[in-house]
Amino acid sequence: MTTPVLANRSDPTSSAPVGDSPPSPRSALRGTQSGASLMTRSESVVWLLGGALVICLAMIVGLLSLIVWQGLVTFWPRPVVLIRLADGQAVMGEVVREETAEARTETPPHDVQAQPARRLLLRVGNYELTQEHYRWVSDAQTDGQPAERPAWAVVFERMAWGRFYGFPKAFLIGDDTIAQTPAAVWAAFQKYHSQVRRQWRQRRRLEHDEAGEVNRLMEQARLRLKKFELEHGKDSPQWKAAHAEFETIQEALERRFARIRHDIETIDRWNSRYQLRVETADGRETTLLLKDIVRAYPANRLSWLDRWKIYGARWWEFVSAEPREANTEGGVFPAIWGTVVMTLLMTTAVVPFGVLAALYLREYAKPGLAVSAVRIAVNNLAGVPSIVFGVFGLGFFCYIIGASIDELLFAEKLPSPTFGTGGLLWASLTLALLTLPVVIVATEEALAAVPRSMREGSLGCGATQWQTIRRIVLPKAMPGILTGMILAMARGAGEVAPLMLVGAVKLAPELPVDRVFPYVHLQRSFMHLAFHIYDLGFQSPNSEAAKPMVFTTTLLLIAIIAALNLSAIAIRNRLQRKYEPGHF
Amino acid sequence: MSLQTTSVDSPSLSPAKDSPADQPHGAVLGGPGPQCEARQEADDAVPLSARAEIHEKVRNEPCILEIESFSLWYGPKQALFNVTMPIPEGKVTALIGPSGCGKSTLIRCINRMNDLIDSVRTEGDIRLRGNSILAPDVDVIQLRKRMGMVFQKPNPFPMSIFENVVYPLRIDGERNRRVLSEVCERSLRDAALWEEVKDRLKESGLRLSGGQQQRLCIARAIAGQPEVLLLDEPCSALDPIATAKIEDLIHQLRGEYTIVIVTHNMQQASRVSDYTAFMYLGRLVEYGPTEEIFTRPRLSETEAYITGRFG
Repeated sequence: MTTPVLANRSDPTSSAPVGDSPPSPRSALRGTQSGASLMTRSESVVWLLGGALVICLAMIVGLLSLIVWQGLVTFWPRPVVLIRLADGQAVMGEVVREETAEARTETPPHDVQAQPARRLLLRVGNYELTQEHYRWVSDAQTDGQPAERPAWAVVFERMAWGRFYGFPKAFLIGDDTIAQTPAAVWAAFQKYHSQVRRQWRQRRRLEHDEAGEVNRLMEQARLRLKKFELEHGKDSPQWKAAHAEFETIQEALERRFARIRHDIETIDRWNSRYQLRVETADGRETTLLLKDIVRAYPANRLSWLDRWKIYGARWWEFVSAEPREANTEGGVFPAIWGTVVMTLLMTTAVVPFGVLAALYLREYAKPGLAVSAVRIAVNNLAGVPSIVFGVFGLGFFCYIIGASIDELLFAEKLPSPTFGTGGLLWASLTLALLTLPVVIVATEEALAAVPRSMREGSLGCGATQWQTIRRIVLPKAMPGILTGMILAMARGAGEVAPLMLVGAVKLAPELPVDRVFPYVHLQRSFMHLAFHIYDLGFQSPNSEAAKPMVFTTTLLLIAIIAALNLSAIAIRNRLQRKYEPGHF
Repeated sequence: MSLQTTSVDSPSLSPAKDSPADQPHGAVLGGPGPQCEARQEADDAVPLSARAEIHEKVRNEPCILEIESFSLWYGPKQALFNVTMPIPEGKVTALIGPSGCGKSTLIRCINRMNDLIDSVRTEGDIRLRGNSILAPDVDVIQLRKRMGMVFQKPNPFPMSIFENVVYPLRIDGERNRRVLSEVCERSLRDAALWEEVKDRLKESGLRLSGGQQQRLCIARAIAGQPEVLLLDEPCSALDPIATAKIEDLIHQLRGEYTIVIVTHNMQQASRVSDYTAFMYLGRLVEYGPTEEIFTRPRLSETEAYITGRFG
C-alpha cells in the first residue's frame, strides 16, 4: 500500500502500481493525511464486498462444522454413568445431553419461582424392561448425589430393542454356567462372541441368498406357467405340460427349501445355547442371547486404543452394513449404493441430452424469437419446485411409460408392477429432467466462450459444421460442460422431494446391482442417503436415537457428493491442462 | 445471385484519369441511405472516381480468380460496391486500404466465409478457374478446401501441433500415419516452422509464441495443398521480428501458391506483393503492379493514401 506521504507527493500514475488496486486519480490527488482512509480512496465498497463474503463463509463454515462435529462424535464410545435417585431408583446409561433449564418449582400458594436447574438426558436403553430409550434426570431428582462410573457397566448393542446397559452376571452354554464373575463372563464373551456371530452370518447368508434364490426360481417357474396360461389359455395341452413341469420344479425347490430351513434351525439351536445373564442398574436380571449382540464393551474400562477401535468398527459398520432398528442403528450401505448408482445414472442421462440440446440451441438454431423462448423456458424449468418434477416423473415415467413396458414385456407378472412403479431408472430420469437446465445453461455458456476465430479457422480449412463442433468446439468447451455436469451432480445427489415419489424407499430389500442376471435392476426401488436423512429425522419412532445418525448420514452424503465432484474436477483440470496456453 | 456477364475488359480499360472525379456517386452506385452519408464524408476528404483504375499489366496475366461487379450488403449497409478484380495465378496480390474499406470482407467472400453471417447479401460473381463459386450448386466445403485461409489473429486449435497441421487431412478422413507425418513435415517446412517445433509436435499448439502460432496456421492452411492462399492481415497481431518471418515465408511461397494478402501496412504490401489493389470505402480504387502503385499511382486518391495523407 502507498503511504499517505508518497500518495501526496507523487502523481496518480506513479502511485497507482504500488497498491493492490490502484487508488482512483482523484483521491490520490487530494492525498489525505494520516491513515489514507478507505473512504477517500473510494475503497469503502471493499468492506461491503468483503463483509458479504465473510458472512457467507461464516454461515457455510458454521453449518459444515456443526455437521462434521456432530457427525464425528456420534460413534465415539462414551462412559456409562450410574445415578441413584432420591426415590431409591437407579438409572444407568450414557449422558447424551446436558441442559440448564429454568426449572419452575411451585411452592404453595402460587409462588412460582424460576431458578436455573441442570438436567441430563441419559440413554438408558433396556427398552424391553423399561419401555423407554432415553430418560431425563434433573438435579432435583438426584438430591445432589454424584454420578458413579461402575467398572463393570457394559454396553450391549443388539439386533433388536436398542442398546442394553447392565452388569454381566453369568455366562451360560446350554445349561452349563461357565463363568460367574464379571471379568470371567467378559472373557467368555470375547471368546465365544465372534464364533457365534460367524454362525449368525452364515445363517443370514442361508436365509438371504439361498432361500432367496429358491424363492426366485419358484417365482420364475410360476411366471413361466402364467405365460403359458396367457398365451394358450388354461387347460390347453401346452399349459398342462407346463403345469406338470412346474409341479416337478416346485417339488424339487420345496425339498431344497426344507434343507435350507433345517440348516438354519440347526444353527439357531446351536447359537441359542450361548447366553448371557445380565443385571440392570435397579437389580432386574435378564438373559441376552449372544447371537443378538452386535457389539459389547465395558464402557468404563476402555483404554484409548479400545475406544478408537470401537469408533472405527462403528464407522465401518455404518458404511458397510445394512440398517437395523428402523434405520436408527446399523449401516447405510444400501443407501450409499443407491445414491451413487442413481447419481451416476442421472449424470449419464442428463449430460448427453443437455449437451445435444445446447449444441442445437447455440450452434444450429437461427437466433430469433423461438430460440429466445426456448432459452427462457429452460431457465424457468430450473425454478420449478422439485416436487413438481416428482409428480411428473410418477405420472409420466412410472404410470405411462412404465405401465406400457409392463404390459408389453412383463405381462405375466401383472398385477404386481415391474417398471410401472417407482424405481431407480425413473428416479434417475426424473432427476435428469430436474438438472437438465443446469447442464444446458452451462454448456451454452461454454460453447459461447469458444472463440469465433477457432470456428472460422476450422471452417476455413473446409470442415463441415459438425466436424468443427466435434473436433474443435466440443473439446474446447469440455471443461465448461464438465462444470455443468458437476453442478448437476451436486444438485441431483442432494435432492429428496421428487425421489419420495419415484422410487426412494425407507428400506430396500435388495440392492439395485447384484449377482443375479441382468445384474443391474433398474426397476428396483432403492435407498438414498438424502431420503434416509429425512426418514431418520422425521419419520423415526426413536427420534432421540436417530438424531445423531442424521448428522452422520449428512456428513456421509456431503462426503460422497464432494468425492464425486472432486473426481469430476480432477477430470476437468486434466482436460484443461492438456491444452493450456503455456506461459504466453 | 445474378451472374452478370460484363466482360472484364470493357468498362475498366478506359484510362481512369478520364473518369470525372466529381461525378455524383449515387448515380453510379445507386446505394441506399447509410452508405450515402459515409460517401459524403469521404467526398470531403478525397474525391473518388466511380470506376476502378486497373492497370493493363494485371489484365495480361492469366488469372485464377475473377471477381466481377461484386457488391455486398450487411443487412441494409452496403460494404462492397461493384468490385471487379482479376487475381493473377501464382502471384502475390495485396489488398491495401484504410480500416473498414472492405478488404477483409472481400477476401472472406473468396472462400465464402461470409456465408456464416446471416444478414449478408451479395450481387455479382466470383469465379475460380472460370466456375462461379457463388452458384447455388457449389459445395462450399469443397470450395474451402481449395483455399487456405489465415486469419488476423493466430487461431491454432486446442490440440497438438501435429494435429493442428494435419487438420485439413483429418477432416477428409486421412488416417495413414505416414501420409500424415509427411504432410505435417512438408507443411511445417514450407511454413518455416519445422526446425523450431520438430521435437515437440505432441505439444499443444497454443503453447507456441504468437509468431509461431501464425506460422502454424499458415502450415495448416497449406497442408491441404490449396490453390489459393488467403491471408487476412496475417501480421497485424505480431511483433516486427515475427512479421519479418512471415514476410520471408510469403516470399518463399510465391510462385507455388496464388496468394491474396490483406494488409493495412503499406510497407508490407510493397515488400511482399507483385500486385497491389487499393480499396477505399468499399470500392476498388486502383489495382496494378505493386511497383507502379507505390511509385507512379495513376489516381490522386491512391497517391494520397500511399503517401500517408489520409487513411
